[in-house]
Amino acid sequence: MIQADLSIVLPEIVLALYAMVALLVAVYTGKNKLASTLVWTTAGLMVALAVWIATSGSGTHEAFGGMFVDDGFSRFAKVVILVASAAVMIMGQEYMSRRGMLPFEYPILIALSAVGMMVMVSAGDLMALYMGLELQSLALYVVASLRRDSVKSTEAGLKYFVLGALSSGLLLYGASLVYGFAGTTKFAGIIQVAEHGHMSLGMLFGLVFLISGMAFKVSAVPFHMWTPDVYEGSPTPVTAFFATAPKVAAMGLFARVLHDAFGGVIVDWQQVIVVLSVLSMFLGAVAAIGQRDIKRLMAFSSIAHMGYALIGLAAGTEAGVSAMLVYLAIYVTMNVGTFSFILMLEKDGKPVTDINALNQFASREPGKALAVLILMFSLAGVPPMLGFFAKLGVWQAGVDAGLMGLVIASAVASVIGAFYYLRIVFYMYFGGSEEEVEAKGSPVLTLGLMASAALMLIGVVYQFGIDGAAAAAAATLVN
Amino acid sequence: MDNILSIVTFIPAFAAGLMALLLRGDDAAGQRNAKWIALLATSITFLASLSIYANFDPDNTGFQFVEEAEWIFGLKYKMGVDGISVLFVMLTTFVMPLTILASWNVTTRVKEYMVAFLLLETLMLGVFMALDLVLFYLFFEAGLIPMFLIIGIWGGKERIYASFKFFLYTFFGSVLMLVAMVAMYADAGTTDIETLLTHSFSAASFDVLGIHVVGGMQTLMFLAFFASFAVKMPMWPVHTWLPDAHVQAPTAGSVVLAAILLKMGGYGFLRFSLPMFPVGTDVMTDLVLWMSAIAVVYTSLVAMVQEDMKKLIAYSSVAHMGFVTMGIFAANQQGVDGAIFQMLSHGFISAALFLCVGVIYDRMHTRDIDAYGGLVIRMPAYALVFMFFTMGNVGLPGTSGFVGEFLTLMGTFQKNTWVAAVAATGVIFSAGYALWLYRRVVFGDLIKESLKTIKDMDARERFIFAPLVVMTILLGVYPSLVTDIIGPSTEALISNFNQSLAAADTSSVTQIASH
Repeated sequence: MIQADLSIVLPEIVLALYAMVALLVAVYTGKNKLASTLVWTTAGLMVALAVWIATSGSGTHEAFGGMFVDDGFSRFAKVVILVASAAVMIMGQEYMSRRGMLPFEYPILIALSAVGMMVMVSAGDLMALYMGLELQSLALYVVASLRRDSVKSTEAGLKYFVLGALSSGLLLYGASLVYGFAGTTKFAGIIQVAEHGHMSLGMLFGLVFLISGMAFKVSAVPFHMWTPDVYEGSPTPVTAFFATAPKVAAMGLFARVLHDAFGGVIVDWQQVIVVLSVLSMFLGAVAAIGQRDIKRLMAFSSIAHMGYALIGLAAGTEAGVSAMLVYLAIYVTMNVGTFSFILMLEKDGKPVTDINALNQFASREPGKALAVLILMFSLAGVPPMLGFFAKLGVWQAGVDAGLMGLVIASAVASVIGAFYYLRIVFYMYFGGSEEEVEAKGSPVLTLGLMASAALMLIGVVYQFGIDGAAAAAAATLVN
Repeated sequence: MDNILSIVTFIPAFAAGLMALLLRGDDAAGQRNAKWIALLATSITFLASLSIYANFDPDNTGFQFVEEAEWIFGLKYKMGVDGISVLFVMLTTFVMPLTILASWNVTTRVKEYMVAFLLLETLMLGVFMALDLVLFYLFFEAGLIPMFLIIGIWGGKERIYASFKFFLYTFFGSVLMLVAMVAMYADAGTTDIETLLTHSFSAASFDVLGIHVVGGMQTLMFLAFFASFAVKMPMWPVHTWLPDAHVQAPTAGSVVLAAILLKMGGYGFLRFSLPMFPVGTDVMTDLVLWMSAIAVVYTSLVAMVQEDMKKLIAYSSVAHMGFVTMGIFAANQQGVDGAIFQMLSHGFISAALFLCVGVIYDRMHTRDIDAYGGLVIRMPAYALVFMFFTMGNVGLPGTSGFVGEFLTLMGTFQKNTWVAAVAATGVIFSAGYALWLYRRVVFGDLIKESLKTIKDMDARERFIFAPLVVMTILLGVYPSLVTDIIGPSTEALISNFNQSLAAADTSSVTQIASH
């Protein structure tokens, strides 16, 4: 039995073992000289694992008595997480090593947090959930303060850690309440208790605390306070990482808990999610207007985007989860491209994040500017870019589930949000005096930017099977 | 040629792609190539579209040249034209080569400029041909991007304000429409426009947030679509983006905006609002008619006091679009025929008027009316052309402007006499501002020093105006050219409208009428 269990969690074991071996090897040999090599090997391993998971897995398997679930949903999320992590790591490699801030621990920490994320989306039990979540978070706290000599970076790490610990506390409290009233930590057990009409007040309380803890991880309003500061303070490659894979993992976990453990009592959590979603969309849209720093701006942008993704979750249907997964996949692609661009921006060798610096960027770099233009319109949800179809999908799910008010609110929020994406286009194309900002960066960054912009257009004609895979994944989660 | 519609639609986009990828350099040779490729592409599009016109069967009221293919997310790519849309397609392909010619003097970022216009043409054509809700929305909304850039990059001094206002106004209207489209999909289970035209949406009244909504779902959907099309049209009081956008846009941008983009609103009313939400339309008719009448009178008066030539013509556009909405919501044969006619005629005349402004703007770099006077002495040919289109704008019998105004007024008179009476005064006002503009710019003594060396139109400019003059006269003296094609389709539209209105439970509607 144990052997069967282990074979199910083999991808996670491989990655975790790799991280530990790499750590030992690096410590005893080249240390930081090995960092760049480690980035590439880690990314390579992640992509290999993603391919393996995508091609080999089929059906639903449970390991360790239901603690760990391997199903279509978790496989979809894992592939997105691994690919996104690998992409972001490679993007940041040149940027960090050129500035002498690439320690060998960085790829290892990313790998460990990826293991945590994989456990999160596969969790079948409150204990496994917490283990995955903490493994992920602890690694992230450390990478946020990767630049120990920078006050901002240290501050970001500390803020993230303190608030993260608070949210973990909330989550644990909720988990213990749920356990107390349901008598089990297994999702399969909890859903049975909930469905048989024993959704007691204590369990409801536990559910709300669980949701609060997870809302913190996806940075949904009102649990978003850490996001802008952490995004701004962390080194840009780390910010890029925060904006992609952990968001997917946290949303995956959210969907997993709400559907696997509380799927029968949708009415009990639907309104909470609706409120989180509306607040996130509006705060993300309104607060970003005043931002001058493109990293802070992307922080609010990600808050707003999580709000849209939550519409799919709030629908509480299979179509909703499927739309959410598609939304996340498209969101990650857009962010990889946008952060590739941000990583390129520099002036006299120093990174630039002020959006004023983009003035007349288009007249110097027409190709890159066009790619950013496509990404910005896609983030704003303007057709024919793929970002529009992402929004259309969650709206369809929302309307089908009778959440008309939520959909109308999100439509209004998307117009407000369009303003700040347009403003980036405005600086690049219509801006006043020329600034000397350069967009050099490695060919990898150019590739990331161009490829993700191209995908925004190609996706309108051909989906690479994402929509079908997401639908299949959602079908395994929602029954 | 089974997929002639797709071919016509995507020729410009294909040319734009080639240009973007292959054409290098912004020197004189590169600029010349960009212009010629754009002219060639739009001309080929026009020639190709002639085969649509030639093979179109006016007596068939259904959709023709229909193409259907699977698309992503279970959506469908479906194109087709009927009597209502085919002439808008022709208008677009006809006007675009002229706008490219009118842009011959552009010197900054010529390649990007031409790419933007070519993409815009594809998107505009797509709007008139799309037979799937999402496809329609995609074309409708994507058109904002090139237009935003055209105003923002090649526009005047206040271009930033104008481009943001243009984008956000229209975007807001459109997302509400998108929500309604999603709701339609949820209700009917399809996004196919042909099927939706035969689907009847619930008209049972219900309460929303304590407000009693007569006509229920249909009224709400009507309002959501109205938000989009009224902004696009633009109708009073959401017209304020248009003068800003027109004034700041480059000449060719104004031409496209006035001649084609505004027509999307009217087309939308005819394609969606009337046939799909007859009850909602009926509930809102009086309001829309009065809004149109106010638009006609108010914007005519506003036009009279403008000091900027483009702004004056922009307000005149809003007034003329007032006749269009009036005609559409009169919901009878004359009204709808007149509305389509007026849109086509306005497409030629307003395009020509903006080109007229462009001609002297290119020479003097000002649009202030006060800066001109006595142009007839140095520019007789220009004076003649400008006179001709001023008369067309006024609605002189014999020009196409007359037919449209007459038909819409006749249609409205049967529906609501008072609205027609009020709007008819707008005809007089329009004569007032148009003739006064003409007098101030063209007549009088040539006293301004700067004007004494001004040159008359060159061959290129004459060549641009020639087809517009021909079309304006042709439609003015032989309106059957248009009405024969649109007639059967509008007749079917009106009879379906009346039938579904009669079939729907009209008790609630009569309640409102008695209020």
